[in-house]
Amino acid sequence: MAIISTEAAGATRVRPRKSRTLLILNVVSVVAGLAIWWGLSLAGLQFPTPVEVVSAAWTMILDGTLVTDIGASLGRVLAGFALGSVAAVLAGFLMGWYTLARGLFEPWIQFFRTIPPLAMLPLVLVLMGIGESPKIFVIFLAAFLACVISTYQGVVNVDRTLINAARVLGADDGTIFARVVVPASTPFILVGMRVGLGSAWGTLVAAELLAAQAGLGHRMQSAQLYYDLPTIFVGIITIGILGLIMDRLLMLAGNKLTAWQESR
Amino acid sequence: MTTPKISVRDIEKVFPVGKEDFVALGGVSLDIADNEFVTVVGPSGCGKSTLLNILAGLEEPTGGTALVDGKPVSGPGPERGVIFQQYALFPWLTVRENVEFGLRTAKVPKDERRERAEHFIRLVGLERFADALPKTLSGGMKQRCAIARAYAVNPSILLMDEPFGALDALTRVRLQEQLLETWSQERRTVMFITHDVDEAVFLANRVIVMAARPGRIADVIDVGLPYPRDEDMRLSPEFGALRNRVWHSVYHQRQVKEPAQ
Repeated sequence: MAIISTEAAGATRVRPRKSRTLLILNVVSVVAGLAIWWGLSLAGLQFPTPVEVVSAAWTMILDGTLVTDIGASLGRVLAGFALGSVAAVLAGFLMGWYTLARGLFEPWIQFFRTIPPLAMLPLVLVLMGIGESPKIFVIFLAAFLACVISTYQGVVNVDRTLINAARVLGADDGTIFARVVVPASTPFILVGMRVGLGSAWGTLVAAELLAAQAGLGHRMQSAQLYYDLPTIFVGIITIGILGLIMDRLLMLAGNKLTAWQESR
Repeated sequence: MTTPKISVRDIEKVFPVGKEDFVALGGVSLDIADNEFVTVVGPSGCGKSTLLNILAGLEEPTGGTALVDGKPVSGPGPERGVIFQQYALFPWLTVRENVEFGLRTAKVPKDERRERAEHFIRLVGLERFADALPKTLSGGMKQRCAIARAYAVNPSILLMDEPFGALDALTRVRLQEQLLETWSQERRTVMFITHDVDEAVFLANRVIVMAARPGRIADVIDVGLPYPRDEDMRLSPEFGALRNRVWHSVYHQRQVKEPAQ
């Protein structure tokens, strides 16, 4: 969370000149990294060269496996993430608004937060079988636990003066909730959702490594059996790129929704 | 005599602080007439904001009664508009949407809502910024927006809690003049809290001086100066004399020792 906020604050302050220097350095760094990778693989380390990886990716695109795998993985993560976020926002609001809900939910949330969602997988597999539902459930859990505390904090932190201002303008509890508490906690919810998405994505791939018939994690797992390093590399890079794209999309949506915030 | 617009009788407010009790208000009585402009000035801790919050219905007194139009205050009501020191604008709403907020909760039809918001936005001179978000406004503009928002629901009383306290001296003076102009066009009963003696005298029909420990009314000073008031009046000897009187009343209060922390 700290990384996200410094990054967002930094982006607005960096001057154009400085940001261009940064961009150049970013490109240089990526190119140098690729060159080192290439160098190491040529020097006899057991890495595939970038060319081998690209050609492996190309083959996987042509025979459709990459698209199928991406589809399977994204489908799972989006389903689990959507369910988890909705549940987290509901639970977070209830906890922030009603002492009863807070008292009942908090011990469970605090307890399950300390357990990595993946550690639940053996149990979930036994209870729910090996279909899609156990994987989606574990991702749901990851997204939910990452997002719920943040939403709750957002609701609790709503400025009292704004609530008083609404009250003296004749708003009842329902109106205050819908027109003050919800918008005021949106920034917190979005931070929670970004953390939740990262957590969900990480959990997904690991879940697929352990139990799946399709998906990026599964593809890497089976490639491991055949010592197929290029395929493993394709898997890793695809996971990274997709994670980055989803994070950026969520960040853009968030910036749109919270454009009203005073920049500090 | 007609019934006062606001009538406060023996209001007490006691907060428990640790084992001891802190007496924020120790039996305050005060009448404010319809369309009167009253300022309340006093050192911090004299309970002036607590008194305002009680009248606004945001806090409950521990003793005594607060009557508005002869009826006891129970919770906030549309006949009492409140303006806060921290502006308290909804940052996700534009100026217009902020001003329309109270009209929406009162279920005023859209067209009428627009019209009334427009009227008060123009009254405070923010028509060019009607669609701007609060973050783009200066402190003075934010407070003008808050004043328009309070006016829009058409309250008969405006309760203002150090509204210009966070502004620089020049903006503050400008807003004082503007507030009096708005008030002369749209007469309301105003109770205005401040810690600025100049401001208290410039705005008011009557200045209430409060003292701390326990919070009480120390002095009531009638300001006989006519409206409209302007810069010349602020520099006049009559104004100076009144200012001195209020100043003395505020700053030469009986000193009570601070209790040990």
